[in-house]
Amino acid sequence: MARQILRINMSDQTFKYEPVPAKWARWGGRAMTSAIVADEVDATCHPLGPNNKLVIAPGWATGSPASPSSGRTSFGAKSPLTGGIKEANAGGLSGAKIAKLGLAAIIIEGAPQDKKWRLLVVTKDGVEFQDAAHLAGKGMYEVDTVLWEKYPDTAVVGIGPAGEHLMSNAGISVNDTENAPGRYAGRGGLGAVMGVRCIKAIVIDDKGAPGVEIANKELFETGRKKLTQSIMEHALTKRGGGLPSYGTAILVNLLNEAGGFPTRNFSSGHFEGAAKISGERIAEVVKERCGDKGPGTMGHNCHPGCIIKCSNVYPDESGKAFVSCIEYETAWSLGANCGIDDIDYVAKMTRECNDIGLDTIEAGNTIAVAMDGGLLPFGDKEGALKLFDDIRKATPLGRILGQGVETTARAFGVHRVPTVKGQSMPAYEPRAVKGIGVTYATTPMGADHTAGYTIAPEIAGVGGKADPLSDEGKGDLSLTFQAATAFIDSTGYCLFIAFPILDIQDGWNGMAESVAGITGQNITGADVIPIGKEILKIERLFNERAGFTAEDDRPPEFMRNEALPPHNVKWSITDEELDKVFAWVHEG
Amino acid sequence: MKVEVVALATLRQFMPDVPLGGARSMEVAPGTTMLELRDMVGLPPDEVRVIIRNHRQAELDDVVQDGDRVAFIPAVAGG
Repeated sequence: MARQILRINMSDQTFKYEPVPAKWARWGGRAMTSAIVADEVDATCHPLGPNNKLVIAPGWATGSPASPSSGRTSFGAKSPLTGGIKEANAGGLSGAKIAKLGLAAIIIEGAPQDKKWRLLVVTKDGVEFQDAAHLAGKGMYEVDTVLWEKYPDTAVVGIGPAGEHLMSNAGISVNDTENAPGRYAGRGGLGAVMGVRCIKAIVIDDKGAPGVEIANKELFETGRKKLTQSIMEHALTKRGGGLPSYGTAILVNLLNEAGGFPTRNFSSGHFEGAAKISGERIAEVVKERCGDKGPGTMGHNCHPGCIIKCSNVYPDESGKAFVSCIEYETAWSLGANCGIDDIDYVAKMTRECNDIGLDTIEAGNTIAVAMDGGLLPFGDKEGALKLFDDIRKATPLGRILGQGVETTARAFGVHRVPTVKGQSMPAYEPRAVKGIGVTYATTPMGADHTAGYTIAPEIAGVGGKADPLSDEGKGDLSLTFQAATAFIDSTGYCLFIAFPILDIQDGWNGMAESVAGITGQNITGADVIPIGKEILKIERLFNERAGFTAEDDRPPEFMRNEALPPHNVKWSITDEELDKVFAWVHEG
Repeated sequence: MKVEVVALATLRQFMPDVPLGGARSMEVAPGTTMLELRDMVGLPPDEVRVIIRNHRQAELDDVVQDGDRVAFIPAVAGG
C-alpha cells in the first residue's frame, strides 16, 4: 500500500486520507514537514491563528524492520517562538507507529468553535474524536498513565498545561518505552500550535497496520547492516562506549575544560560546579542508588530499536525511577546556566518540564535571564524549582516565563539575551566555539545546536578536527553540517548516528543506501549534502516570506561587546561571512 | 615542574584515585610531551581522542609547561 497523507480538520472534526502528491513523494521526516508547511501555511500568518497547521511525519526509515535507532518523529509548523519555520523531532513510540499505519504525514488544521479539549485516537481505521475534559489541566505523567489504562502499548502524543495555555515554550511530548513523558519535540513552541487546535493528546495505535513497504529489500539490508556496524564499532556509540555509559551529559566536563560551557546566563564559559552535574556524576548516582538492578539506569533507549541508548532513568533518593532523561542540555540549562550545581534539583526541574510540557533549554535559559534581571539570585535552586508552579498555574509571572527568554528579558530589563530568531541558545558558547555560533546565527530554526553540530570536529575530534576559537572556515563547516543534518532529520534516524558515520565512510554510505532501499529513490552517500541543501532552501525561503532578513542571521549584540572568560574572547566572525553561508539559495 | 592531570568519562577508570571534579598533581621533568604524560598516567593511546591544556586544544607532541592543567578525553559527543 502506497503511503498516504492523513488530513485532520479540527473545525468540524473530520478526517480524510489523501494520496501523497508528487511534489512531496520524495520526502520524509523534516523534509516532509518543512515541504508541507512551506506549501500550505501562509508564511505571514500568526502562529496561533487559524492559518497555521501542525504537521507530523515519520522519517524515511522509521518503522522499517531492524533499521537501527530510526524511531524519530518530526513535528513542523510556523513557530510561535521564532515566527519562522520549525521542525522539532523526538524519539519515543510515535514515529514507528505512524509509519506502520502507512502514513507519510498527518496534517492537522483548524480548531473547534466550542474550544473544548479533544483526544484523537488514530488507528488503521481512521480517527476518533473524543472529549478530553478529564485530561484538561493534567500534567503529562498523568495523561500518559490514564491513556495507557484504556489504550495500552500505544503512542501518546500530548501537551501539558504549557501547551494548553498557548505558551511559546510549550513542547509536544511523546511517551517513551516505559510510558513516561520526556521525549519532546521541545523547541519552538509547537505545543501551543497543538493547543490552539484544542488537542490535548493523540493516541496512535498501529494494531493491524500494514507496516512499512521496502522498495528494494536487498539494498535496504546492505545499507542497514553497514550503518549498524558503524554504530557498534565507534568508541562513542558501541556497547560500553561514552554515550551508553554516561549519556549526553558526558559533555559537561569536556565543554567546561574547553571554556565553552555557558554559565550564569552566558557570562562565563566555565562553571566551578560542573563535575557535580556531569554525566559521570549521573552515572555515580544511578550506581549508588540502584546498583545494576534498576530502575535507575544509564544506557536507556528512548525508542524501541535504538542501539545507541544515550538516555538514562534518574532515580530519586530511595532508588525509585524519577525522571528520564537528564540530557547534557538539561543538566546545563537548569544547572550551570542558573548557577545550580545540585543534580537532584536539576532532576526535579527536568521532571517539572516533562510534566508541564516545556522545552528544557528554553526553560533553563528563561530562569537564568530572570536571575540576571534580579528575580532570584543565581544558584537559588529552591526558588528556581518554585517558578515551575507559576508556569503550571499560568499566574501572571508564569505566563511571562512560559513565553521564553525574549519575553522574560523584556519583563526584567535584561540586555544579555542569548537568542537568535527568538529562540535561546543551547549549551555551547559561540564566543568560545565559533562554528556552532555560525549555526545558531544562520539556521532557519533559530539558535539550535542540532541544526549543524560543528561541536563534533571543533570540540570532540569527531568527523575531523577544527580549532574552536578560530574563525577560519567556520561558515563552510557550519553549512556542511546543516545540510547533512537536514538529510539525517529526514531519515528518521537519530541524529547521533552522525558521530559514527562521520568517522566511518561505510556507515555514511549505508545510511544513504538504506533510505534508497526503502524509498526506491536513487540516493547514494554523495547525494546527502545536495539533498540536505534542497531542504534548507525550502526552509530559508519560507522564512524570507515570513519577513526574515540578513539582520535575523546575527548573534546577540552582547556577544560582540562582552569578553567571555576564561578565554576572554568576543564574537568576531563578520556579518559578511555569516551572509555567505546561505548566499547560494539565491544563486541558481 | 608541577602539572595537574584529569581524565574524563571512560578514561577515569585509569585514574581511580582521582575523585570526580578533582585532579592528580604530578611532578614532571622539563621537556615532557603530552604523549609522555599520557603514558606516565597509563592511559590507553587508542582511547585518548582529545587533549585540552588550560582550556585550549593541545597535541601529543606539545611540551608540557609548569602549572599546566591537562585533560585527557576519550570519544565524547552528544546533545
